[in-house]
Amino acid sequence: MSSAMYERMRGNPKFQELVATRGRFAWTLSIIVLVLFYGFVMAVAFIPGTLGQPVSEGAMLTVGVAVELFLFIFFWALSALYVKRANGKFDALTAEVIKQAQKGGK
Amino acid sequence: MRRLNQLCCALGLFALSAMAYAGPPVEGALEKQATNWHAIIMFCIFVALSMGITYWASSRTKSTSDFYTAGGGITGMQNGLAIAGDYMSAATLLGLTALVYGQGFDGYLYMLSFFAGWPIILFMMAERLRNLGRFTFADITSFRLDQGSVRTMAAISSLTVVCFYLIAQMVGAGQLIKLLFGLDYNIAIVGVGILMMVYVTFGGMVATTWVQIIKACMLLTGGTLAMLLAFSQFGFSFHTLMEKATAVHKLGIKLMTPGSLLADPVNAISLGLGLMFGTAGLPHILMRFFTVGDAKEARKSVLYASGIVAYFFNVIFLMGLCAILVVGTNPDFFEGGTIGGKLIGGGNMVAMHLAKAVGGDMLLGFMAAVAFATILAVVSGLALAGASAISHDLYARVIKKGKATEAAEIRVSRIATIGLGIVAILLGIAFEKQNVAFMVGLAFGVAAAGNFPVLIMSMYWKGLTTRGAIVGGYGGLLSSVAFVVLSKAVWVDVLGNKAAIFPYSQPALFAMPIAFLLIYIFSKSDSSARAKAEIEAFEDQYVRAQTGFGASTASSH
Repeated sequence: MSSAMYERMRGNPKFQELVATRGRFAWTLSIIVLVLFYGFVMAVAFIPGTLGQPVSEGAMLTVGVAVELFLFIFFWALSALYVKRANGKFDALTAEVIKQAQKGGK
Repeated sequence: MRRLNQLCCALGLFALSAMAYAGPPVEGALEKQATNWHAIIMFCIFVALSMGITYWASSRTKSTSDFYTAGGGITGMQNGLAIAGDYMSAATLLGLTALVYGQGFDGYLYMLSFFAGWPIILFMMAERLRNLGRFTFADITSFRLDQGSVRTMAAISSLTVVCFYLIAQMVGAGQLIKLLFGLDYNIAIVGVGILMMVYVTFGGMVATTWVQIIKACMLLTGGTLAMLLAFSQFGFSFHTLMEKATAVHKLGIKLMTPGSLLADPVNAISLGLGLMFGTAGLPHILMRFFTVGDAKEARKSVLYASGIVAYFFNVIFLMGLCAILVVGTNPDFFEGGTIGGKLIGGGNMVAMHLAKAVGGDMLLGFMAAVAFATILAVVSGLALAGASAISHDLYARVIKKGKATEAAEIRVSRIATIGLGIVAILLGIAFEKQNVAFMVGLAFGVAAAGNFPVLIMSMYWKGLTTRGAIVGGYGGLLSSVAFVVLSKAVWVDVLGNKAAIFPYSQPALFAMPIAFLLIYIFSKSDSSARAKAEIEAFEDQYVRAQTGFGASTASSH
């Protein structure tokens, strides 16, 4: 019974649209996080001196600490962005796909 | 009968604690903490509250779904708090504050590494985990593969992670309680073990979750309060704080520059990978994705959890920096009153000394109770994850092949919890004198190389077969253990050899590719009929993973 449901969902172009757009969105965000994080780890290993510079003349805040604080906030903001879209637009699309597949079975 | 048992347990524990507090302090350095009545009273309130919750939860724990996942009825917000609670152990609070106190920038970087795994878990895993899993992550890896062998492997791997993590937590707990309450090490271990068994056996996931939530709230409150009080001494000015801190710290102006901790890029990347993907392979964390009703709530849980973790890491950063001045320049906190000498109670006590300095005995007592509650909550989560691997994966699915009754399965998981509790107590006592820091590394290493590769491939790669999963899973498990054993932490520090065979401290960068490669090679070369059927079954699994159709929903009661 559910196998037929899955078959119908797979055949629905909306399902393909859901998978493609949500997948692309998730991968893009993941790559941003991975590149920024491992880029920063590399910066720590290769240019520690630059990260130890103050952000401006006479400031006690260093570039490294400022970047880290930014990453904490930015990564969380990306998470919030993903949840907003996934729980809104993508879940609405999902519900539609399931509904159409159920209708098609009757 | 059960209620009677519970009551007896609770009373017994209070009596046990009371007796212990009355006893003489064990070591000279502990005398200060021996009369810490604030801590004792606050801790007793916590135990009483959690016992009440366990009592309430036990009446709501009837089915296996209640026991393992609280019936899927936890909300995203509650689950987020509980995940954050699971993730922030006592080692996080005490160890990371001490790391910032000693190393400044490096401590902050370490915390960022701990945090950076969460967005990845959210983007790549959260909804698929929720849509495919039911009670344990082995539900997902064995979704279309051979139940018997894949579940056995996942259970062995989970139990390995749980045991290493439990040892680290238990030993830490014993030493901490010894310090904070002046309790004998063995009594402390037995006390923690028994409380953990009571929570999990009677209250299952419902009680474990609420203990986590309360503990997370206590931790946030205590930490924030200590930070605000300490920061107020510097007029809430980061500039003033840093000016003074760099003036007195031994690192001087280099305090906010990357130091030695992650100077080697190979180690740094390996650590990052281990923390990031280890988190995504910890059985007690993965289990929390099944306690919410649907993928929507699962996503929200991660958002709340990572927000709380990020917030609290920044609180810890400020606490550690304030402690450089508040604790580091106060002779009262050093043995013999020599500033810059050995801190009373050891390096991990920075957070506790800070609480005492800015909030007096009251705040110290609260923080001590928080630390204890933290340990209890984390070991309970671990015990439940371990017990579910034994009862759900091994007993119900492998041995009984899915024909076990719910009652029998719950009975086995309760027995397993008690068994794990006893093992944890014995190992905790056996490892008292060992440096167990490498145990956490082992747990994350095995989680990253043993659990994570099979899990992620089962969700993303159509070509995965049983043979590939088994070889890759065991390969990752064994190689990560082997790398840690051959590294300095075990080979030199524990086994007493001269030089380490494996030159890095972190196994993930090496063990993870081994696991992925084995999975690929042994799946690709598998041309059996079973492999063909498994690959075909991916299509339906994929639709379910994406839409959540067919996934178990929250039971209503």
